[in-house]
Amino acid sequence: MEFNRKHLLGLEGFSREEIIHILDTANSFKEVLSRPIPKVPTLRGKTIVNLFFEASTRTRISFELAQKRLSADTVNFATSTSSVKKGETLRDTARNIEAMKIDMVVIRHGAAGAPLFLTQCVDASIINAGDGQHEHPTQGLLDLMTLRDKFGDLQGKKVVIVGDIAHSRVARSNIYGLQALGAQVGLCGPSTFMPYQAEHWGTEIFHSIEEAIEWSDVLNVLRIQLERQEKGLFPSTREYRRFFGVTRERLEHAKRDITILHPGPINRGVEIESELADSEFSLILDQVTNGVAVRMAALYLFSGLNKETTDA
Amino acid sequence: MPDAARSEIMDAAGLNRTITRLAHEIAERNRGVENLVLLGIRTRGLPLAERLNARINDIEGQMLPLGALDVTMYRDDVYQKIKQPEVQTTEIKFNIDGKTVVIVDDVLFTGRTIRAALDAIVDFGRPMAIQLAVLVDRGHRELPIHADYVGRVVQTTAGQEVRVKVREIDEQDRVYLVEAKKER
Repeated sequence: MEFNRKHLLGLEGFSREEIIHILDTANSFKEVLSRPIPKVPTLRGKTIVNLFFEASTRTRISFELAQKRLSADTVNFATSTSSVKKGETLRDTARNIEAMKIDMVVIRHGAAGAPLFLTQCVDASIINAGDGQHEHPTQGLLDLMTLRDKFGDLQGKKVVIVGDIAHSRVARSNIYGLQALGAQVGLCGPSTFMPYQAEHWGTEIFHSIEEAIEWSDVLNVLRIQLERQEKGLFPSTREYRRFFGVTRERLEHAKRDITILHPGPINRGVEIESELADSEFSLILDQVTNGVAVRMAALYLFSGLNKETTDA
Repeated sequence: MPDAARSEIMDAAGLNRTITRLAHEIAERNRGVENLVLLGIRTRGLPLAERLNARINDIEGQMLPLGALDVTMYRDDVYQKIKQPEVQTTEIKFNIDGKTVVIVDDVLFTGRTIRAALDAIVDFGRPMAIQLAVLVDRGHRELPIHADYVGRVVQTTAGQEVRVKVREIDEQDRVYLVEAKKER
């Protein structure tokens, strides 16, 4: 198919065909990871900067590994050791980096829209690795890839996202991606965790985890950001666990088999029972493996090919 | 696809006979097929490799290990094309160390695809030897690469294109030459 987007800012607005094209490409790259020499020369000579303005372990490592597997040259930039500490603006940081002839920028930033802003001040392709409470598209894609590995077609599958939907970029990318592939999406959590006007998203809303489990094929369990407790969005982790914690007991009550995803890092014993995260219900480690393949596909497909004709 | 000026190179029966001859040549040159494996280059090298394998089985009574190779990730012109080439999956589910690998492709032209295939194969192991079988050699090589088994040598000009159609993908078997519009 004709794939001519230049940036990956979010999954909002992506068609079913575009997402399937990315996931099929990711499957081809997944094969590379299983070879004796898991490296291809595809992005040789391309230079990629990883701009991480927020803490990240797995996303950053996953992107770096994907870049190395594709033979790109990479430069890492973490706020703690950079001139951002000295008060440099995002625009200046970006323009300085671009002056060094960069082809792509992978950016994680605490402010929603930072990747979009970058597209306006530099020529390079921009990949969003998570921006504020907006989107985390490669996480959404790797969740879709993991579910496709398990179910094949996602048409009509029921996926409930459990947790702090309102503050979650993972939830947003999942909703757009899942709906594009024809899955039905449910949201589950206390009302303080529900986004403003959630009822307009075309999703089911559950305030009881039992009802959500009864309805679903898949639970995508979000991490409870413990810092939210200080803002009074939920009274205590014990209470959250009691009402919304995903446990083996609750799953075994359900009529059908349930698959569990979690974007990590896990708060064991809070949003999910510790033992359950390592059980037969869980695809959490498959998600991590697929993460590298999905990011290789994203880097390849958005690698600034043919800049004159692409503009989106 | 009504291409204005085209000329037939092979019809279905001709293609069939050519495959048969190539199978015999491969078995003869290697004194049997004991140590051989076949790698078909996607897209149309793969069905050709499958047919060669069936024919070799008719002759020698032995199916060879057969893999699919996608060389897109190894191409040197990925960034010169208007349209980004689609990456497909490589499937080599056997060890190629010490084997004689026969690469199978439809058309040999500049040699760059084969160069990419050689790079890819080296990442899977160390074969004893690598040979190349193609259905059509149309000349205009840009690299020092030649085929060991050739179905048909066709004189072409740079502006022409050789189209190979196979029934597994295109619902018909035929090979013909067209005057290509400049699209890539």
